[in-house]
Amino acid sequence: MNASITPITMPKFGLAMTEGKLAGWMVRPGATVRAGDDLADIETSKITNAYESPAAGILRRQVAQEGETLAVGALIGVLADAEATDAEIDAFIARFNAEFSAGSAEDAEEAPPEPSVIDVKGRALRVLDIGHGDGDPIVLIHGFGGDIGNWLFNHAALAEGRRVIAFDLPGHGGSGKDVGDGTLAFFSTVVVDLLDTLGIDRAHLVGHSLGGGVALTTVKNAPSRVASLALLAPAGLGPDVNMAFIDGFITADRQKTLIPVLSYLVHDKGLIGRKMADDVLRYKRLDGAVDALRRVAAANFADGKQTDTLRPVLESAPPTLIIWGKDDEILPASHAAGLPEAVTVVILPDTGHMPQMERSDDVNGRIRAFLAR
Amino acid sequence: MQIARETLLRSYRAMRTIRDFEERLHVEFATGEIPGFVHLYCGEEASGVGVCANLTDSDTISSTHRGHGHCIAKGVEVSGMMAEIYGKSTGVCRGKGGSMHIADLSRGMLGANGIVGGGPPLMCGAALSHKVLKDGGVAVAFYGDGASNEGSTLESLNLATVWKLPVVFVVEDNGYGEATGSSFAVAGTQKARAEGFGMPYMECDGSDFFAVHQTAGEAIAHARAGNGPVMLHVHLARWYGHFEGDAMSYRAAGEVAEARRDHDCLVLFRRKVTEAGLLDDAELDAIDESVRDEIESSVVAAKAAPLPEAADLLADVYVRY
Amino acid sequence: MSKKSFRQAINEALRLEMRRDPRVILMGEDVAGGQGGSAGTVDAWGGVLGVTKGLYTEFGPERVFDTPITEASYIGAAAGAAATGLRPVAELMFVDFVGCCLDQIMNQAAKFRYMFGGKARTPLVIRAMFGAGFNAAAQHSQALYPLFTHIPGLKVVIPSSPYEAKGLLIEAIRDDDPVIFLEHKVMYDDEEEVPDEAYTIPFGEANLTREGDDVTIVAFGRMVKLANEAADRLERQGIGCTVIDPRTTSPLDRDTILDCVADTGRLVIVDESSPRCNMAADISALVAEEAFDALKAPIRRVIPPHTPVPFASVLEALYLPDAAKIEAAVKAVMNHNVTEAA
Repeated sequence: MNASITPITMPKFGLAMTEGKLAGWMVRPGATVRAGDDLADIETSKITNAYESPAAGILRRQVAQEGETLAVGALIGVLADAEATDAEIDAFIARFNAEFSAGSAEDAEEAPPEPSVIDVKGRALRVLDIGHGDGDPIVLIHGFGGDIGNWLFNHAALAEGRRVIAFDLPGHGGSGKDVGDGTLAFFSTVVVDLLDTLGIDRAHLVGHSLGGGVALTTVKNAPSRVASLALLAPAGLGPDVNMAFIDGFITADRQKTLIPVLSYLVHDKGLIGRKMADDVLRYKRLDGAVDALRRVAAANFADGKQTDTLRPVLESAPPTLIIWGKDDEILPASHAAGLPEAVTVVILPDTGHMPQMERSDDVNGRIRAFLAR
Repeated sequence: MQIARETLLRSYRAMRTIRDFEERLHVEFATGEIPGFVHLYCGEEASGVGVCANLTDSDTISSTHRGHGHCIAKGVEVSGMMAEIYGKSTGVCRGKGGSMHIADLSRGMLGANGIVGGGPPLMCGAALSHKVLKDGGVAVAFYGDGASNEGSTLESLNLATVWKLPVVFVVEDNGYGEATGSSFAVAGTQKARAEGFGMPYMECDGSDFFAVHQTAGEAIAHARAGNGPVMLHVHLARWYGHFEGDAMSYRAAGEVAEARRDHDCLVLFRRKVTEAGLLDDAELDAIDESVRDEIESSVVAAKAAPLPEAADLLADVYVRY
Repeated sequence: MSKKSFRQAINEALRLEMRRDPRVILMGEDVAGGQGGSAGTVDAWGGVLGVTKGLYTEFGPERVFDTPITEASYIGAAAGAAATGLRPVAELMFVDFVGCCLDQIMNQAAKFRYMFGGKARTPLVIRAMFGAGFNAAAQHSQALYPLFTHIPGLKVVIPSSPYEAKGLLIEAIRDDDPVIFLEHKVMYDDEEEVPDEAYTIPFGEANLTREGDDVTIVAFGRMVKLANEAADRLERQGIGCTVIDPRTTSPLDRDTILDCVADTGRLVIVDESSPRCNMAADISALVAEEAFDALKAPIRRVIPPHTPVPFASVLEALYLPDAAKIEAAVKAVMNHNVTEAA
């Protein structure tokens, strides 16, 4: 009965084609075609070709819409005699599609938020901007060699009821690799530029390590833009810095040599795996990344000591929380001693240089409480 | 004949150097002191020198297994060549190339080549470099009548024409590919081949330096001006065998003797320049003597030079590995 | 950073390097395509599988050269151009066509530096697609990387994913030695996150795509993907596999292979190339010589039979290594001692 119904399927052009886009129909529904007549334009990732009708008949249906991308073999149209009823054709289409899609069940999961690269006064910065709320937004500033991934365990938690922006500092992650003179002052101007670009008057700055130094410098240079400071093992509060880490981070070029360097970052050495090392290597392979790191290191850790002394900033800073791992092997927790009384200092036991990763729940809770005070 | 006196002196010296270099190798090879095998260019000097007199260091050439002449004509240093042929660490290739791979890229000499037909594609590439980098350079592929049959050569004639490359294909036709005559092995004519690819064809007598210099000059000027490739067919005679030790049983008695007697490019050159009053015998004799000394000292130095070290075995396979 | 196909990753690597360095040029059969056709279009194909699409349009006829179908002359020209100041990327289309130009690769480009006493540099990249899986039959399906690996003076790169392809190709273009860059033709539509910027992945440094304690699997190119699949299945069955993607067969990261074999004591090698004198044989010899005492079971090779690549799907499937064959080989090495004890 339906022997006269012919399926028109997505053709395969060339060796590698797995799917094609129906760029345009060349035959109207209801038109009679002969075998070999051009039916439609099919576009693949490399070429657009006219698809010739494999048989004669009336084009009864255009199943695929123009612009639709379908797998090779998927039904794009139906050719039949005038005798075939619409019901027969509908049944044919339903049966064909059921058989074709069996086994290729779609699993549509909601995609996680993706960072985007935005222009900040001529500079490309990778930014992940999530959350909504009435309070001042939070800006997360990572440390030397870090990126937005350093906030993996914090970003979403802090963004419950508040806008939280993480970004890659220049020279880092997916941001442009120009680091200016590489100083904290330079990075703090970028923070202010970012706030301007995002239309934010005032933000809570959460800074880790070198990013803590950036936050402190921002208070120094643009106090009105900073609502509060939450600093995790910040730079700028003492001279010491583990140059074996800094130098090793710059020079290590394979997992095997990088893993021991990254191990300085944490108390629990088991946290450092090949995946983490691979992520760092992927960043360091980008053109300009290693040069940027060298420049930042030269500007901030010349002669094996921290260049900037930012303790005076805390004399008249906005509300400040400082969290430090007791076992920090990069910047010693002793730098947190002797700060003004107004500064809240928390020293976490069994914690290294990355409390936001090693003690994420604790750190998230303390920052939320600090901001809610 | 508008050749500068300086060019005449330099060209005579180059031809004399090639002759003495090769004749000396012929003698030294027989002593067993030279490793491997060598192919001599004696009798063909005017071809390499006449062509290269139209080139500078920023032009590129490729050569053949019979490459000593082209190297000297292109300015490669003789003592380094001699040391190379002796397999010494002071050789231009540090003793790792030998007779068939002498090269000096600083002189635009992209190597003698052990593979028949190896050079023409390379010269398409060198010509492409000259064209893309717009340095005004020309590439010259020297190859024999034997290589003229190689697919790589015929493909190169096509590619050079399609890409309109500044390359001159110099067919050094000495009548033999190894031990087989070109009357047997070469179908049709070089001229018809050039015309088949739509490129200009020129030919000349390879024992006449002036003919080669003039014709090659036109061919090179054509290519340098951006008009595409040219084929230059040079008719020559090979004075020795395919390689040293070849008894040449395939050549008629008297063939070589006749060439030496009637077609010696050095004799012809001297006759022409002295009759025309361009140079005198005394200055040519002085060159002869100076070249004799140079070859002698290069052999002495090569014999005395140190052998490569074991570490050289592993060096320079890659720039970085 | 966004998802990019293997094809796009390679195109982007070429584009970025051509923008960065005017000495980088492209040549090959139909790398643009359409010149001389009756329609007058250029950049009609952008390579037979569309990998170089748009490059002619961006860089023009002074940087992108369509060639006649004459591999000896244009691969030789690429070698000659590389030795005289350019940095050519020549596309050989199907690696099987190397038969038409092996002299130019093996006797010329590969040898210049050594023969000329270290005075030559030949920054040449030859791209070619390889591998079975498309019913392309015996003359368009071979995995000839052992042939190139055999030749001193060449570097041989086999990217296993889009990310790897981009970084390794940029490294290849910036490298001063001749590099053979082999793209598995079944992978062109594979997608993954690839940075937009230029980056380089060093040669001779293996990548561990899985880590486990029981068996080391070494795989090349598309086989890495299959080995990962097998490793994931085995993981669920309690067998931990380390999967090594050497990335380059020359240079070969011997240390990582030996380290991992020392850790696991068992080795399976997955190699799509013909079995005699292939990478599986080479690595077997290496491990037998350097890590004999570490082995708890004989080395297993998952390799095709010593036949040409067949055409029919059923035969091609039999011919090729797949995840099930890898899984079986891993189980076989795991059961070695058990069998002996029984």
